[in-house]
Amino acid sequence: MSKTQQDQVILLGHGSGGTLTNQLIRTVFQDALHNPILDEMLDAAILDLGQGRVAFTTDSFVVDPIFFPGGDIGKLAVCGTVNDLAVSGAVPLYLSSAFIIEEGFPLADLQRIVNSMQAAASTAGVRVVTGDTKVVGRGAADKIFINTAGIGVVPSGRDLSPRRIQPGDLVLVSGTLGDHGLTILAQREGLAFTTPVISDCTPLNRITSAVMEAGGEAVRCMRDPTRGGLATTLNELATQGEQGILVQETLIPLRREVVGACEMLGLDPLYLANEGKVIVIVAPEAADKVLEAMRNLPEGQGAVAVGRVTGSDRRLVLLETELGATRIMAMLEGEPLPRIC
Amino acid sequence: MQPYKNKDYAQHLLDRLREEAVRPLSAMEVCGTHTVAIARSGLRDLLPKNIRLISGPGCPVCVTDDLDLDIVIALARQPEIIMATFGDMMRVPGTQSSLLEAKSRGADVRVVYSPTDAVALAAEHPDKQVVFLAVGFETTIPTIAVAVEQAVQQGLQNFSIFSLHKLVPPVMEALLTDPEVKLDAFINPGHVCTILGTEPFRFIAEQYGKPCVVTGFEAIDIMEALLMILNQYNQGRPAVEIQYKRAVRPEGNPVARAFINKYFTPVNALWRGIGEVPGSGLVLRDEFAQLDAQKRFPITVTPGKRVKNCSCGQVLKGLKLPYECALFGKACTPMKPVGPCMVSTEGSCAAYYRYGAQKVGGTV
Amino acid sequence: MCLAIPSMILSIKGHTAEIDVGGNTKEVNITLTPEAKVGDYVLLHAGFAIQVMDEQAAEEIFDAWEVAYAALQK
Repeated sequence: MSKTQQDQVILLGHGSGGTLTNQLIRTVFQDALHNPILDEMLDAAILDLGQGRVAFTTDSFVVDPIFFPGGDIGKLAVCGTVNDLAVSGAVPLYLSSAFIIEEGFPLADLQRIVNSMQAAASTAGVRVVTGDTKVVGRGAADKIFINTAGIGVVPSGRDLSPRRIQPGDLVLVSGTLGDHGLTILAQREGLAFTTPVISDCTPLNRITSAVMEAGGEAVRCMRDPTRGGLATTLNELATQGEQGILVQETLIPLRREVVGACEMLGLDPLYLANEGKVIVIVAPEAADKVLEAMRNLPEGQGAVAVGRVTGSDRRLVLLETELGATRIMAMLEGEPLPRIC
Repeated sequence: MQPYKNKDYAQHLLDRLREEAVRPLSAMEVCGTHTVAIARSGLRDLLPKNIRLISGPGCPVCVTDDLDLDIVIALARQPEIIMATFGDMMRVPGTQSSLLEAKSRGADVRVVYSPTDAVALAAEHPDKQVVFLAVGFETTIPTIAVAVEQAVQQGLQNFSIFSLHKLVPPVMEALLTDPEVKLDAFINPGHVCTILGTEPFRFIAEQYGKPCVVTGFEAIDIMEALLMILNQYNQGRPAVEIQYKRAVRPEGNPVARAFINKYFTPVNALWRGIGEVPGSGLVLRDEFAQLDAQKRFPITVTPGKRVKNCSCGQVLKGLKLPYECALFGKACTPMKPVGPCMVSTEGSCAAYYRYGAQKVGGTV
Repeated sequence: MCLAIPSMILSIKGHTAEIDVGGNTKEVNITLTPEAKVGDYVLLHAGFAIQVMDEQAAEEIFDAWEVAYAALQK
């Protein structure tokens, strides 16, 4: 980037559709994200998806801080939407990305974010084919908000749904939990602790593909435990699947730094967000094969079974504690706040 | 620290407890952190039926009077004030609102992890008045005293504290003199005793003849403490003993206590659900009156209607179990709490609701 | 009341210390524990060390466990 560009900031004019907007699109967005469809610069991207079912999802990203160890809001925006497609059993193909930027936002930061999006898209094998940019007055947005929508194709016959989970199924997770949530917390002003933990933000379509290839129909459903963490996501699955789930406390993979920081702040790692982990519910006879397939990939090397679907206590998620007693693992209510008590 | 999470040792302790619990014992865990530790580990389910654990008023958040909170919230709404608070207090309901709600409507409320962060805020914002909501028992009070000292040393004119601190020995005495409350022993708060030592609690054994064991916060700590209580109980020799030896000395932390005494003096205080307990609150000494937010910003508030049928008081005294309250799980849930017993993660009702005793057919 | 956890002192500078808690590091205030030394375990609460922990007492727990475990083997 040229020296003058380093000092430049986003102006209201960048969002008003004229020369400045076009310049911004060409030099920042297109330069990083270019592909034949995007380069057409039509009002709509024309896509040929072939026959069969289309998966379609959207998410908005407002994370603060926008840059954090292990990623940034751009990487998150691509991975978040890719992952929603991936856990639904779709092959992710195309993304849109829309930006709402606060007046005065440094151009260098925007470039960094967009470059990060390209890197993530490239890793995931998807393309950003259409987008939008709006600029709002100072104070009307917190630095930058990004929305991405994603399209993928679902192979014929594939049906991943909580409806399919049955008593006896095993609950697998692909690795340590709470890493992303903790990383964000550690950046928060006032908490002031230094941690070697970094966000686990990564695309999951490679590992979900491997899971489907190894397990086929034995895979009942997959979900990524983002906001609200493992506990919230398992509760969603139990409710939607109308089954009970029993988890073994001693089997849940947690980094000791995550445990230590949570004990210090009075938080529970089971409620912290993950941006690069997947929960797989699978018929017991296929579990070993699926675990092996996950462990063969860097993003799944910590894969482990943490529990199973039971035929009782429907719609509840229970935890068998270290002592051997059973208690409920509730859903998250409200934002977790640091406590002293 | 392996043994604290060792299943075999835990089983051994449970076997010993079964041998020793020859007659019924009601033990109160005074401290909210113990209530949560018991709930999270599922310990109640595993204990012999003769041992009944009762949750007490040991949650400084839970026992904050809602009228006090109304004043704090009104203060937070003032444009020149930054209200700094521990996260625990954000969702506690006053009679009409909460700090979280006030914040969402524009009040400048900031969550801090340490009281010294509030002092730093005051130094950073000389044009604002920073008020620190000082809540907590003796574990926390010394940290606020140090923060007050920092503010004095830095000559800050815009820092003050709103003291809603509460003291544990006076409320335990109030429970012991309450004819409704029937207890055989106490599981003493481990971290309060880190500061106070055992001396302030001797009256429980010597005057009232109740076993009293200072306990750590792992399930194994609690089981070891129950064994020590049973030994005292069965042998008829009530005493104050320390199970939590790795963190508590008989003399406590004299440096910390000196800080408390330098800056604070006891006053009567209102405990939600219990009423006024003599000498159980703290106010800044006269020479530090300029740092007392209640004196600096006198404010009157018209309270809203207080909800009927809230049983927090009886729950806090161990007279009712959470699910025996008419509002439990219906009008009162962690998402829309009526009383602080539900709002604080350490409140008995929140612990029972979250860890779902009645649903699994056991006890929490 | 009172979440406090064991943490180890890595270095001391005046009235603050850098501690390790589960592999994370944090700066805490040691005004309440003036006798704390590098290598000590302290109880961390609200950004303060509130007590130096007794390693001897922690060791005693290990001994008790050894005895109990030995009894279980019989």
